[in-house]
Amino acid sequence: MRRGLAILPYAVGLAVALALPRVMYPVLALDILVWGLFAMSVDLLLGYAGLLSFGHAAFWGLGAYAAAIVAKSAGVPFVIAALVGAGASALLAVPFGYLATRRRGIYFAMVTLAFAQLVFYVANEWRDLTGGENGLHGVPRTFPGLTLGRSGDFYYAALPLILLGYAIAYRIVHSPFGHVLVAIRDNEPRAQALGYPTWRYKLLAFVLSGGLAGLAGGLFALGNGFASLDLLHWTTSGQAVLITILGGIGTLWGSLLGAVIVLELRDALTSAPELSGVVTGAVFVVIVLAFRQGLWATGRAVLRRLGAPPLSARIEISEGEVRHGRS
Amino acid sequence: MEYIALQLFNGLVNGSFYALLSLGLAVIFGVLRVVNFAHGALYMLGAFAAYLLLQDFGVGFWPALIVAPIGIGIAGMVLERLLIRRLYGLDPLYNFLLTFGLTLMIQDGVRLRYGLQGQPYPAPAELAGSVSAGLVAYPTYRLFVIAFSIVVCVAVWYVIERTRLGMIVRAATERPELTRALGINVDRWVTPVFGFGVALAALGGVLAAPMRNVSPLMGSELIIFAFAVVVIGGMGSIAGAVVAGFLVGVLASLAAVFNPALENVVAFALMAIVLLVRPAGLFGSLEARS
Repeated sequence: MRRGLAILPYAVGLAVALALPRVMYPVLALDILVWGLFAMSVDLLLGYAGLLSFGHAAFWGLGAYAAAIVAKSAGVPFVIAALVGAGASALLAVPFGYLATRRRGIYFAMVTLAFAQLVFYVANEWRDLTGGENGLHGVPRTFPGLTLGRSGDFYYAALPLILLGYAIAYRIVHSPFGHVLVAIRDNEPRAQALGYPTWRYKLLAFVLSGGLAGLAGGLFALGNGFASLDLLHWTTSGQAVLITILGGIGTLWGSLLGAVIVLELRDALTSAPELSGVVTGAVFVVIVLAFRQGLWATGRAVLRRLGAPPLSARIEISEGEVRHGRS
Repeated sequence: MEYIALQLFNGLVNGSFYALLSLGLAVIFGVLRVVNFAHGALYMLGAFAAYLLLQDFGVGFWPALIVAPIGIGIAGMVLERLLIRRLYGLDPLYNFLLTFGLTLMIQDGVRLRYGLQGQPYPAPAELAGSVSAGLVAYPTYRLFVIAFSIVVCVAVWYVIERTRLGMIVRAATERPELTRALGINVDRWVTPVFGFGVALAALGGVLAAPMRNVSPLMGSELIIFAFAVVVIGGMGSIAGAVVAGFLVGVLASLAAVFNPALENVVAFALMAIVLLVRPAGLFGSLEARS
C-alpha cells in the first residue's frame, strides 16, 4: 500500500506530461519540458553541490548547435543528434569544470559566467560552422519509421529521451554520489576529512550537469528547428537559474514547476520582448527578496498542512536555501 | 608598426573602462561582500544621464561628468538601502542574483523607452581633433579618457591606502567584527561605499558616451569583461582591479593585431591561465574572507 502511494506522484506526473500538448500548443509543451531539464541540471549543481553556475548557457547552447549541425549535415535520427549534443557539452564541461571548481561560491558563478561568454564569442566568430548572427535554421528531425514533421508528434517521440534525462538527474541525486555532494555542500572540509576527494566529486557533478544541459539544449534545437546565438547569451544562463530558484533550490522537480511559470509568462509577453525582460527581472528580484524557498517547498508545506503525507522522506535532506557562509 | 601603436592606445582606452568598472566592483565587494551584477547597467545609466542632460537641459559634457555620477551614485545608495541591504545575512549569491534581476529591469526598461538604436553624443569641443602621439595621430578625446581614468584610479587608491577614511574601509573589509569592537561604526560606511562604487561605474559611462553610442545594452558585455578582470586581478584588490583592467585591455588589442577574432577571447583565456597558475588572482589571496 505504501509502495503504491510512493509511485502515485510519478504516475500523475507522467499523465500530465502525456496530456500537456493537448492543453497548450505542442512547441510550448516541449519547451517547458526541456527548459525544466535544463534548470534541473543547474539545480543538480546549485541545490546538491552548492555551486551556482551562471554559465550553463554554454552547455545548453553547445548542445543545441552540436545537435543542429549533426542533424543538418549527417541527417542522423534525432535521438543520435540529441545525444551528440549531450556528449559535446559534457566534453566542454571537463575543462570548464576543471578550472571553475578551483574557486567556490560567488567566484564560481563569475568564472562560469565568463567562460560561457567565451563560448558565445567563439560561436559568433566561427560563422562557417554556426552561421554567426543568423544562427542555424531548418534543422531536420528524423527517426526511421516515424514522421516527425508536426510538433505534436515530435513531442511524443522526444518524451522518452526527456524522461530519461529526468531519471538520470534523479538517480544522481539519490545515489551515494549525490549524498557525498550534499555533504560537500554542507561542509567541504568535513567531507575532505572523511576522505572524499571533494574536488573530483565536484568536477564529475559539473560534467554530468553539463551533459544534461546539452541534452536539453539539443532537444530544444531539434524541437524548434533552429539554434541561435541567444541560446549562448548570459541572459539564458540567468533564465535557467531563475527557473531553478522559482521552483525551489535542491528540489529537482521544482524546476519543472518553475519552467511552466516562466515559459508561460514569456509566451504571454512574446509580442513585447523588452517588457518580458522587465517582468523577468522583477520576478527575479521578488523571488530573491521574498520567496527563496521556491514553489516546490511551498507546495509541500501547504500539502502537509492539509494533512497529506510527505511525498518522499528522502528529499528532506536537500531542501531549502543555499547554505549561508562558506564560499 | 603604426597599427601596433594605434592598437596599444586603443587597448589603453578599453583598459580604462575595464579598470574603472572593476575598481568600483572591487570597492563594493571589499566592504559589502556584494558582487554587483548591475554595474554594467549603471555604467549605461551614467551614459544615458549625460545624454539626457544634454538633450533635455542643454547641460554639456563637463558638468555632466560631475553631475551624472553623483546622481547615479545617489540612486545606487537608494538601491542599497531599499533592496541590497535586506540580503546581507545570506549567502552573497543572493545579492548577485538580486542585482542580476535589477540589470534586466534597468536595461530593458531603458530599452522600452529609448529603443535599441544607439544615440550619438558629441565629444566636448575642447577635446576635438587629434594630437600626434609618437608614431601616430590619436584622437584627443581618447587620450583624455586614458589620462583621466588613470588619475581617478590613482586618487581612489590614494584615498583607500593613505587616508584615515581608507583605513576604516580597509579595516572593515578585513575584520568587520574587530573594527566594530574598536568603536568604529562600520555600518555607516556601507551605503556611501556602495554609492561611490556605483558613481565610478557611472563616471565610466559618461566618459564612454562620446566614443561609443549611448545604447541600453552598452554595459551588458562590459560587465562580463569586468568580472573576468576582477578574477584576474584578485577579488577585492584595488591595485589588482586597475592593473588587470589595463593589462586585459592592452593584451586584447595587441592580440587583435594578429587576428581580430582574438580580441574578445583574450580576457577569458587570461582568466583561465590565472585560475590554473594562481587561482586567487594576481593580487589576491585565497585566505581573504569569502
